[in-house]
Amino acid sequence: MGHIQQNTHTLFVDAFLQNNRLDHVTQVMGYHPAYLDHFLKTQHFILRGDGPLPFDYRHYIAIMASGRHQCNYLITLQKQEFLLQGGDHTWLKGLDYIPQKLRSLYDINKILAHQPWLLNKSHIEKLTKGKDSWSLAEVVHAIVILTHFHSLCSFVFSCGVNQEVDQLGAHMYPTSNNAEATALLEPNNPNISKTEPKDIPAVANRKDWKNASNTSPPSPTEPEVGITTLMQRMKTLSERNEECSPVELTKRFENVETQSAELNAVGAEPQDVSADIYVFVEDPTFIYQDFAKRHDHDDIMTFRVQDYSWDDHGYSLVNRLYNDVGNLLDDKFKTAYNLTYYTMGGRTDVDTSRFRRAIWNYIQCLLGIRHDDYNYGEINQLLERSLKTFIKSACCYPERVTKKDYDKVLREFKHSEKVHVNLMVLEARMQAELLYALRTVNRYMTN
Amino acid sequence: MGTFSVIQEGPVNALALNRDNTQVAIGGRNVFKVYSIEEDKFKEIYNLRSSKHLNLSFSCNDISWSLIDDNYLATAATNGHVCVWNLTKMGKAMQEQDYQEHKRTVNKVNFHSSEPNRLISGSQDGTMKYFDIRGKTSVATFVSNTESVRDVQFSPHMPHMFAAVSENGSVQLWDVRRPDKCQQQFTAHSGPVFACDWHPEMTWLATASRDKTIKVWDLTSKPTLEYTIHTIASIGHVKWRPQRKYHIASCALVVDCSINIWDVRRPFIPFAAFNEHKDVATGVAWRGDPQVFLSTSRDCTLLQHAFRDASRPASKANPQGMSLNNTGEVLYACRVPANTNLSKMSGLIRKYSTSTMNNSSDQFHLASSVMHHFQTTLSQEPKCFYSLALNYVLSGRSLTEMCEHNATVAKEHGKSYIATVWRIVKTMYGEEYIQNSFNSHGCKNNEDTVSHTNIPAGNLALASLDHSTDNERQSRGGDTPAAQCSGGDDETETEDQVDHGLLYNNGFTSYSNFRLGLPRGDFYFGDNELDIELDGLNTVADFKSSFRNSQQLGEQQDWTLPNEAFNIRHEIQNHSPPPEQFPNQNSPDINDDAPIAVEDSAAQGVLTVSNIPERCVWDPSSIVISALKYHAMLGDVQTAACMLLVMGDQRRLLTGLDEATQEHWLLGYIELLGRYRLWNIAAQVIKLSWLPNVTQLNQQSTRINTNCGKCSKPLQRAGWLCDRCHTSEYALCSVCHQVVKGLYAWCQGCSHGGHLAHMMKWMSLNKTCPTGCGHSCEYS
Repeated sequence: MGHIQQNTHTLFVDAFLQNNRLDHVTQVMGYHPAYLDHFLKTQHFILRGDGPLPFDYRHYIAIMASGRHQCNYLITLQKQEFLLQGGDHTWLKGLDYIPQKLRSLYDINKILAHQPWLLNKSHIEKLTKGKDSWSLAEVVHAIVILTHFHSLCSFVFSCGVNQEVDQLGAHMYPTSNNAEATALLEPNNPNISKTEPKDIPAVANRKDWKNASNTSPPSPTEPEVGITTLMQRMKTLSERNEECSPVELTKRFENVETQSAELNAVGAEPQDVSADIYVFVEDPTFIYQDFAKRHDHDDIMTFRVQDYSWDDHGYSLVNRLYNDVGNLLDDKFKTAYNLTYYTMGGRTDVDTSRFRRAIWNYIQCLLGIRHDDYNYGEINQLLERSLKTFIKSACCYPERVTKKDYDKVLREFKHSEKVHVNLMVLEARMQAELLYALRTVNRYMTN
Repeated sequence: MGTFSVIQEGPVNALALNRDNTQVAIGGRNVFKVYSIEEDKFKEIYNLRSSKHLNLSFSCNDISWSLIDDNYLATAATNGHVCVWNLTKMGKAMQEQDYQEHKRTVNKVNFHSSEPNRLISGSQDGTMKYFDIRGKTSVATFVSNTESVRDVQFSPHMPHMFAAVSENGSVQLWDVRRPDKCQQQFTAHSGPVFACDWHPEMTWLATASRDKTIKVWDLTSKPTLEYTIHTIASIGHVKWRPQRKYHIASCALVVDCSINIWDVRRPFIPFAAFNEHKDVATGVAWRGDPQVFLSTSRDCTLLQHAFRDASRPASKANPQGMSLNNTGEVLYACRVPANTNLSKMSGLIRKYSTSTMNNSSDQFHLASSVMHHFQTTLSQEPKCFYSLALNYVLSGRSLTEMCEHNATVAKEHGKSYIATVWRIVKTMYGEEYIQNSFNSHGCKNNEDTVSHTNIPAGNLALASLDHSTDNERQSRGGDTPAAQCSGGDDETETEDQVDHGLLYNNGFTSYSNFRLGLPRGDFYFGDNELDIELDGLNTVADFKSSFRNSQQLGEQQDWTLPNEAFNIRHEIQNHSPPPEQFPNQNSPDINDDAPIAVEDSAAQGVLTVSNIPERCVWDPSSIVISALKYHAMLGDVQTAACMLLVMGDQRRLLTGLDEATQEHWLLGYIELLGRYRLWNIAAQVIKLSWLPNVTQLNQQSTRINTNCGKCSKPLQRAGWLCDRCHTSEYALCSVCHQVVKGLYAWCQGCSHGGHLAHMMKWMSLNKTCPTGCGHSCEYS
């Protein structure tokens, strides 16, 4: 194992004590101890802390959420936790065996995972009324777990996290169990993307995975913009005080939206997902559809962050219904959004805020959220096509992302920086989903 | 002026009144209008969104209306623009200025109240900009060093000052002339501060935050927190009520749709509430009149509220509350009438205001309530154990007295069941064996209260006895007549009444004698009720007759007689021979003669004797044993051990309890006492114990060997000869140089010494060591 910073090590110890394992996700996040701290606290709180939902429900909801992206890794982990919490093992046979109450959550799960803008009051109302009804606090708790695991799926796939050693299909090395993670944790290992065993598929029993990712990748001939160019552009952007009309700005936002709609996901849909995942999935054909192409729902407006923001509204609501989680999430979002080491590739003292903001806003733009005070033209300047494709895939079709895609983008960036990008995908997506969900709950409460 | 409203096309974010409070401007994402306020309706004058060139600059977060020039409006746009509108112009020209200087959303704009054309803005990018609206760019930029500025307000008192509140919970005070550094900064809240408002008259600043509080700061010198209001939701806006010094209006950011008017002195319930809005209110503006204000809301309405239509939450709130927890504690809160002087209430633990319906706003804040806390348990177990161990009396008094005392102690600590067991023991082994009322005798306060010589010879023994009886009574009853009275009632038995009747005359004489003999005779009889007095008389009489035969004994017995004398007497009669006295037991320090004497006299004495055998047939020991075992089983070895100790000789009756168990309990208790460092009590327990194994604990480790001065081997056989060195060299007296075989005194400083007498003599004459080592020894 490579050298680990002291604070990271402490976090690892804590994580191990909490989970009885140091899972690969934690290890990969170990690149960013400041963030990992908040992540672990939040995850621990929503799964094991005080909350309105019974413990077995929480883990089952996590399984349902991970099922939307066929994330075998998380499903297996959560199955174990579910059984440890004394969950009824017949439930693990599939959705047909669970209580009606849990079953009725599935609609929200499905919508939040893929097209959160479709969520409306009636969905919440269906849950809270009638037999086996949910309390609002329970709904909010469930929503937090759902969004957490949806976005965690993005991270798992986009970082190419392997199965745990004890899981079926885990890759076993003769000597080191965690070679994959080990390699990831050594940012200076130049061979990481070249060495043979690195593109072990995340879903183990898919032999064609290595090839699958090659079917519709961004053309390899497309030149990748180097860090130098990127920095140059950031500099120009900050120097130029562009005065453009608001109309122009709106057009740019729409441009980014429509352009992103033209991007294809990196890989094809995974072909043979094992049957034991599909028992947790209902309506598997319901997937992300570009926000710009929501023709049958023209009445759905762009979500303006200025009208319903996390800081002002989301936080207050979630904290009211599910005590303390607001602070944890708030810290986590803030850390993820503001995290920077002022480095880019090998360069130091770089102001990365523009680049980070572009990524964050692009992710939320994919989900139809607009920041009034952002010039979306910057996204096109700072995020090249291949990166946008990667982000879009990670955010919207995480199950199609492979380790190869991870290796292909941001070639000049360090691993820690790539993981950082993936963290932003996780957090921006989670915040977007939460905003939609909480706004809906708010609307349900006020009327 | 009544309550009326007008519905808009979309949510309204802000409103602003003009100087004369006759017109109102409202703004939101899809709304930007100016209304004139008529008697019972709003009349639209301008719709600034009607132009074709709609853009985000029209989508405003905040509006401000110039207080000098009625034609100027400023808006804060979500896209970071600050726009100035001239109402005298038409169409596109209305937008006179469009400052695109903020990088992020602008949260607030505020016109200066006295200087024309001055405008300040606060933005999400963490900066504030100061504009002269005649110019094309900002005059100054203030960098807050926080993530975002949520509100800016010019001070109405100091023309150059403005307050800014920000995301990280801090408040900054700036001077517009000094953009480089803020004048003052302090942290006001634990979450983002969303709004602030200057008090129109005082130098107070109200801040409202996501942490669900509104705080009022006095900024006269150092910022001090004056009031804190607790709300049920995050507060987005606050506005002081004009002409009402303590009133402030607030509206929530989420969840709570009502507009609340608070009296800052009563922070838990609003003075008035307005519930007309269906969604959260986004802005409040008073029309210069404390009775009328306007509000906007996300439910797309603009409303004018009349104060008379307010609802008064305080009148609906339940003025009483009660709660109990699992340990049986009860909390009860209730209203105190506003005019009651609170200081009269002594039983309250803390007070805070709850609800009192009081329509007068001046009295509203005076409402108060008290909370009573009824506690059943004192504290946690370890503390309890410690305190019980300290307070239990294990010896030195009569059994009944000790039981009663210990029961009281246990009760004070919330151990009512243990107290009950104590009382049971008292009843079974104290009173039960006594025929009449002087069942408990303790010599607590003896020496000083009686002077023997004053008592006529014939009544000597009697007087002393009786005196102690009643003194004891006094002390046990807590020295209050009432307590004594009830105690007397309880203990008076029917036989006593008979006795009393028979012996009344006799008693009376002795009573007078008795009084004569006592310097403080009034002490126990003077104020008491008849019951007690009669009891006392009875006692006196009884004893008088019984002791006639053994006067000389009484004289000899002196002070020791009262102790336990009568418990033992009956026990002797009905059960077993008088118990042997353990040498180490100091509580019933009666000589062997004493019980015998009493026995005799009792037999000769009164009618009641014949009743006794019947009453004592039942043997309670098995019950007591099982009670003790029960407590020991619960881990409360303290109770079991203490009761055994207190029972003294009575524990002989506990035939079913084997010594091993007793020893086990005692040793357990001693060990626990050791853990709590209660060495004194442990020693007392050891001393009081009747089991050889326990008593011997005191005899252990009492020997300390001195070491040989040469080889440091402990001198075990003799103090002057080392077995290893075979020399007495180090046991020589440094004065006479003989081996010291008796007491050896030595200096702790230089370790030289010798015969005690020699050393004493030497040191009385000299100051240094007799060996000449030069050490200045000290002898004391």
